[in-house]
Amino acid sequence: MREPLSRRQALRWMGLGAAAPLVALSRRALAQGTQEPEAPGLYDPFRVGRPQNRITDYENDPFIVGLESRIRCVCGCNLDVYTCRTTDFTCTTSPAMHREVVQLVENGKTAQEILDTFIAEHGEMVLMAPKKEGFNLLAYFLPGTAVVTVGGVLLWFLWKGRERAAAVRASERADLSGLSPEDRKRLEAELENLES
Amino acid sequence: MTILGQLALWIALLVSAWGTFVGFYGGMTRRHELIASARRATYVLCGLAMVASAGLLVAILKHDFNVAYVASYTSRDLPTVYLLSAFYGGQSGSMLFWVLVLSIFAALAQWLTARKYEHLLPYVAGVTSAVTLFFVATMLFSANPFARLPFTPADGQGLNPQLQNPGMVVHPPMLYLGYISITIPFAFAVAALMSRRLDTGWLHAIRKWTIVSWLFLSIGITLGMWWAYVELGWGGYWAWDPVENASFLPWLTMTAFLHSVMIQEKRGMLKKWNMVLISLSFFLSIFGTFITRSGVISSVHSFAQSSVGYYFLGGLIALVLGMAWLLYTRLPMLQSESHLESMVSREASFLFNNLILVGIAFSVLWGTIFPVISEIVRGHQVTVGPPFFNQVNIPLGLALLALTGIGPLIAWRKASVGNLRRQFAVPVVLGGVAAAVITALGMGNFYAILTISLAVFVTATIVQEFVRGVGARHRLHGENPVQAFVRLVGRNRRRYGGYVVHLGIVTYFVAFTGQAFKVDREASLKPGESVEVQSPWGHTYTFTHLGVSQYDQLNRLVSAASVEVDKDGKRIGVMSSEKRQHFTCAVPTRPCPDQMRQKSFEPSTEAGIRSNLQEDIYIVYAGSVEGTEEAVYRFTINPLVWWLWYGGFVLVVGGVITLWPGTTVRATRQGDTQGGYAAQIVESKGA
Repeated sequence: MREPLSRRQALRWMGLGAAAPLVALSRRALAQGTQEPEAPGLYDPFRVGRPQNRITDYENDPFIVGLESRIRCVCGCNLDVYTCRTTDFTCTTSPAMHREVVQLVENGKTAQEILDTFIAEHGEMVLMAPKKEGFNLLAYFLPGTAVVTVGGVLLWFLWKGRERAAAVRASERADLSGLSPEDRKRLEAELENLES
Repeated sequence: MTILGQLALWIALLVSAWGTFVGFYGGMTRRHELIASARRATYVLCGLAMVASAGLLVAILKHDFNVAYVASYTSRDLPTVYLLSAFYGGQSGSMLFWVLVLSIFAALAQWLTARKYEHLLPYVAGVTSAVTLFFVATMLFSANPFARLPFTPADGQGLNPQLQNPGMVVHPPMLYLGYISITIPFAFAVAALMSRRLDTGWLHAIRKWTIVSWLFLSIGITLGMWWAYVELGWGGYWAWDPVENASFLPWLTMTAFLHSVMIQEKRGMLKKWNMVLISLSFFLSIFGTFITRSGVISSVHSFAQSSVGYYFLGGLIALVLGMAWLLYTRLPMLQSESHLESMVSREASFLFNNLILVGIAFSVLWGTIFPVISEIVRGHQVTVGPPFFNQVNIPLGLALLALTGIGPLIAWRKASVGNLRRQFAVPVVLGGVAAAVITALGMGNFYAILTISLAVFVTATIVQEFVRGVGARHRLHGENPVQAFVRLVGRNRRRYGGYVVHLGIVTYFVAFTGQAFKVDREASLKPGESVEVQSPWGHTYTFTHLGVSQYDQLNRLVSAASVEVDKDGKRIGVMSSEKRQHFTCAVPTRPCPDQMRQKSFEPSTEAGIRSNLQEDIYIVYAGSVEGTEEAVYRFTINPLVWWLWYGGFVLVVGGVITLWPGTTVRATRQGDTQGGYAAQIVESKGA
């Protein structure tokens, strides 16, 4: 048979029962005290535009930044995703495209696979430079080819022109046959150093 | 006043049509009364354009929001300086500005041109009147700046915040001055062709105009870069945007013309080519206007899409066909008077300089229009952005830089081995040493090494020229070095001014190199938190977020985020970047009650910039996390940007030296353009 609760025991249990919530409250208060204080609020948040997300390691990841520099933001700004999301803070398209890039990177996709995903979604226009294939090769090679070709033609004309120039020079020399050797030497030196 | 402005435009339409007719007809028939009438027409057009412009300006300054243009681009709280810049901030206003500047230039051309070129002036008046006619007609029938609304709003929509920047007050007028002033050299070229007076006279008549035009374009482009850098907040200054490209194209062809014209003056060569270049420059200035206004190629800088693009396309096609016909019929008169004698000569180097400049112009044009070509051929557009342009143009640009050093020093006709050694031995060695030193210091970027090496080479050639010139004057006249330097430059402004311009170009290239080493870092920081960024020069910057303060300023609500900046552990100061929320007021009362403020545009960003010779610290406040003072920043360390603005300054100084009045132009005798050497020799022999 259980012994009746003594007065001392009853007071102890009552004390413990009263202390428990106080201990819990004080622990919670202590825990709150160790948390970082929230950043002070802005007087008028609407003035700074759309709320921003905290920056994570992904935003500064060279692989992601490099990749986003090759993808065009499709909002119509003409900028690449990286430049747009770090410049036009009103654009919601480039942050969304950034999140997509991050997700694809997290899924283990390679750079080319990520680019291909974007091409499949938005077409080839999503690349900041045309792919070096097919008709696009014309874009890359025409300027260089034109310069080299015209340069080649120019050199050819220069080469051919030497003969005509030699004939002209010979006739000029004939006109100057009366010059003394000293005068001719002086003249040629002057011509050589003629600057402007 | 707007009615007067509108009336002035309609009268200008009639007067420009008359001026075009009497200019060409008077020139062809040599009837003096028609020639005089054509000249008077240009003066009257100038007056009418001023009246029309005054009409629009008064409407803007008096906030006449019943005028659609005023309501679209201004507001009551817009600061006065931006009210003035709103004059050319929109489509139709900028066209009126174009007409104003063109008519002033046309009147100046008639007034200032020496009488010995009088035979060209009626045709010049004809061309400038025709261009004015085109712009006035386009305005009246498609983009009238005086068009009225059926109601009067209490306030206007305001000017785009990105245009509310001091750079934007100066940049567009400068660029317009450059674009528009090309009309004058082009008009003289047409006049020379039509009058069949194709000696070097017309080149002398336009010499200053071409430099003025080129200088304005250069200033306009550089200010545009500055505006993009400080205002757009992306940390760069050139994005190969179609509209940027459109301003670069005529600059390239004008630069080619400025060089090739020297060959025509000295040797009587490249006559056809010079005609092509000056025409091309004018066409490209119109093409740039077409791109900006048609919406055919998307650009962040474009005006609203409108039908004026069709007018410009039609005008451009008519111009190209007309000029092609004129050139074709005058080809026999444009025969070269002498031939190139050597591949190693100044003529050849200038030719290759032209080839590269026009090659770059072609690649830029090609890249700009390739999306449209792709759409026509393949049915879908592609994007041609900075990666393409950099890949194609960097090698060409470096070849051009090399020629900048070679061209001015190499001998005319044919350079001997002795000439080459004398002129280039020291610069080549210095360029090589520079390459070796920076490579040894750890720079690994091939293009950067090459650029710095070539920059040293070109600078050495220029310094060598100045040193030799000063030395020669010191020896011949006993002048002290400062006196000799001043007189050297003063006596041959075109040549030494040109060298200073080249120095400016070299400085630009050095600045471009810095872009290869740019560092970006994003961070979100609570007050008191810091982030470190390593600069390419090895410095460690620490940015500590101080907080965000919000206040009212002029026509905007400002949120300024501040950071304390330490460099290598040493405090260098506090920098701020702002978010600006512009507003308009729903009622005309001032000050505007808070509840009547209406948000006019999305918040714009003002970057915080701190420059020195090595690098810029560029801070952008992106916004805040969930309405708190936890700020999201982008920190950029941008090397060598300051050199760009310095290069622009040097370039302008060089251009002003070249333009400075007082240089006596040596009289060109009949036929001495044919090299001139034989004639001179015979003369000296006779003497």
